[in-house]
Amino acid sequence: MNGMVLRLILRRLLQAALTLLLVSAGVFFITNLLPGDAAQAALGQAATPETVAALRLQYGLDLPAPLRYAQWLGNLLSGNPGMSLVNNVPVAQMIGGRLPASLMLAAVTAAVSVPLALVLGIVSAMYRGSTFDRVVNVSAVSLVSVPEFLVATVAVMIFAVKLRWLSALSHATDATTVAAFVKAYAMPVMTLCCVIVAQMTRMTRAAVIDQLRSSYAEMALLKGVKRTRIVLRHALPNAIGPIANAVALSLSYLLGGVIIVESIFNYPGIATLMIDAVTTRDMPLVQACSMIFCAGYLLLVLAADVLAIVSNPRLKTR
Amino acid sequence: MKALNDSASGQAASPKVPATGRRRRHSTMAWIGMGIVGFWLLMAIIGPSIAPYDATAIVDTDVFSGMSRKFLLGSDYLGRDMVSRILFGTRATIGLALAATLMASITGTALALFAALSGGWRDALISRALDALISIPSKMFALMMVATFGSSMTLLVVTAAITYMPGAYRIARSLAVNVQAMEYVQAARARGEGVWYIMTVEMLPNMIRPVLADFGLRFVYVVLLLSGLSFLSLGVQPPDADWGSLVRENISGLGEGALAVIMPALAIASLTIGVNLLIDNLRGKRAAKE
Repeated sequence: MNGMVLRLILRRLLQAALTLLLVSAGVFFITNLLPGDAAQAALGQAATPETVAALRLQYGLDLPAPLRYAQWLGNLLSGNPGMSLVNNVPVAQMIGGRLPASLMLAAVTAAVSVPLALVLGIVSAMYRGSTFDRVVNVSAVSLVSVPEFLVATVAVMIFAVKLRWLSALSHATDATTVAAFVKAYAMPVMTLCCVIVAQMTRMTRAAVIDQLRSSYAEMALLKGVKRTRIVLRHALPNAIGPIANAVALSLSYLLGGVIIVESIFNYPGIATLMIDAVTTRDMPLVQACSMIFCAGYLLLVLAADVLAIVSNPRLKTR
Repeated sequence: MKALNDSASGQAASPKVPATGRRRRHSTMAWIGMGIVGFWLLMAIIGPSIAPYDATAIVDTDVFSGMSRKFLLGSDYLGRDMVSRILFGTRATIGLALAATLMASITGTALALFAALSGGWRDALISRALDALISIPSKMFALMMVATFGSSMTLLVVTAAITYMPGAYRIARSLAVNVQAMEYVQAARARGEGVWYIMTVEMLPNMIRPVLADFGLRFVYVVLLLSGLSFLSLGVQPPDADWGSLVRENISGLGEGALAVIMPALAIASLTIGVNLLIDNLRGKRAAKE
């Protein structure tokens, strides 16, 4: 790695940190837009103005907004996002209990969907225009444009109701054996995979086709090199950057999908926690969960960009 | 399968046969898409008046019943007729999404035209501000808005519009920057025409097709976002119901494979796939892309 690449990456990292700061400001100000505040919400309509004022003072709500934002950000960075308004438990503790389950779900999904999507994408790019390619393409377009809960309900109908292989509800906590693990994760992972694989396949296919269109691929074809060899030896090494970029970007769709999937399968992850927090309007919890999701999203986009920089051959020779 | 082959050959042939290809203005897929979208638009207008039952009336003694002559799509968790529920839900689903998409596309395009025309710091300011908005994932933004303000139809429309406006802006701006450099725009400027005149008369007509295609795509995103929110019971609130809420309220029937769960979800899918088919296969879009 040379100085040029390093400088570009550093610049991108700085930019990501700045974006995260902006996003945190966005999260804070959106959740504080309403005139009614946390003290009023915690005490309810029946509270006297005096008790509300006392609690406002205790929460520090009498301070100006920018100061409160700085305070909130400081607390967040030191790992203390405040107390839940609904059940008076530290938000950090609630999130700590749920985050591993969500990360596990995401990890299993990524482990299944990345290889599957790469193979589908590369093969359909190799046999562009064939029936296989067309079937893959049409199913990918359809899967991307239908709601996640349709995929989930159809999966439940087929595998839990008709075939009775799996149960409709996920019980990830008591998964000790391999069989139980597979049973617990199969449904949510399958649903998430459908959405992610569709995205990733399309982007991988596009990246490989882009390389196959270039003149060196045409040259190889004219020399009489076999199609498999052109793809594997010539196009693929050059497509790795765009593909890695596509993988990271597609994984960022996990964040949206995971909200619906956790909700439908009653999966005890951070998305269900956030939905409950939105329903009960537990603002500190909403803020913390939003920050985790936004940070995760930005991290994946950042990874996509860094991978693209690192794998760009034009930057290597300088 | 026949339809697929038709459309593929139709697309492959159209660039090569410019004049005689006119007979095949749109591919089969585009017609299918147009049919589906037209059907649902019609249902959004006349659906409630042709529904066999009242959407809120409990008409079946059996809950989660299957297809029958009396109840074509069975009944829901209370014994209400699913056909009527879906027909009544069409208006909420399409109406809200259409309103939000119109808001997003119109403000996005207007801002883009303004930014491209004025250039300089105004362009940079608008572009950077909207870039910052894009870095919050759409579902997160919507969840935060609902948590802060509570759910209502107005809030849903405004939230979806804000969420998808930056995307509309980006597309329109990249088009507008190109159009803006054209001689006829320069000529209009030299003539001393007003900004409004240049935006609406000179620039907009020359970028309207891609903007409309983007409108269709954005409509799909909005439908998916709003029905997703309703599915989480954070969108359209009872007694009103869009298709997403219909899936949610019947979710207890999932374990027994109830039609009431799958049908509203299929309705959403047919609408979004229909719009996608329509915009993907309209003549001209593909040619412009390659």
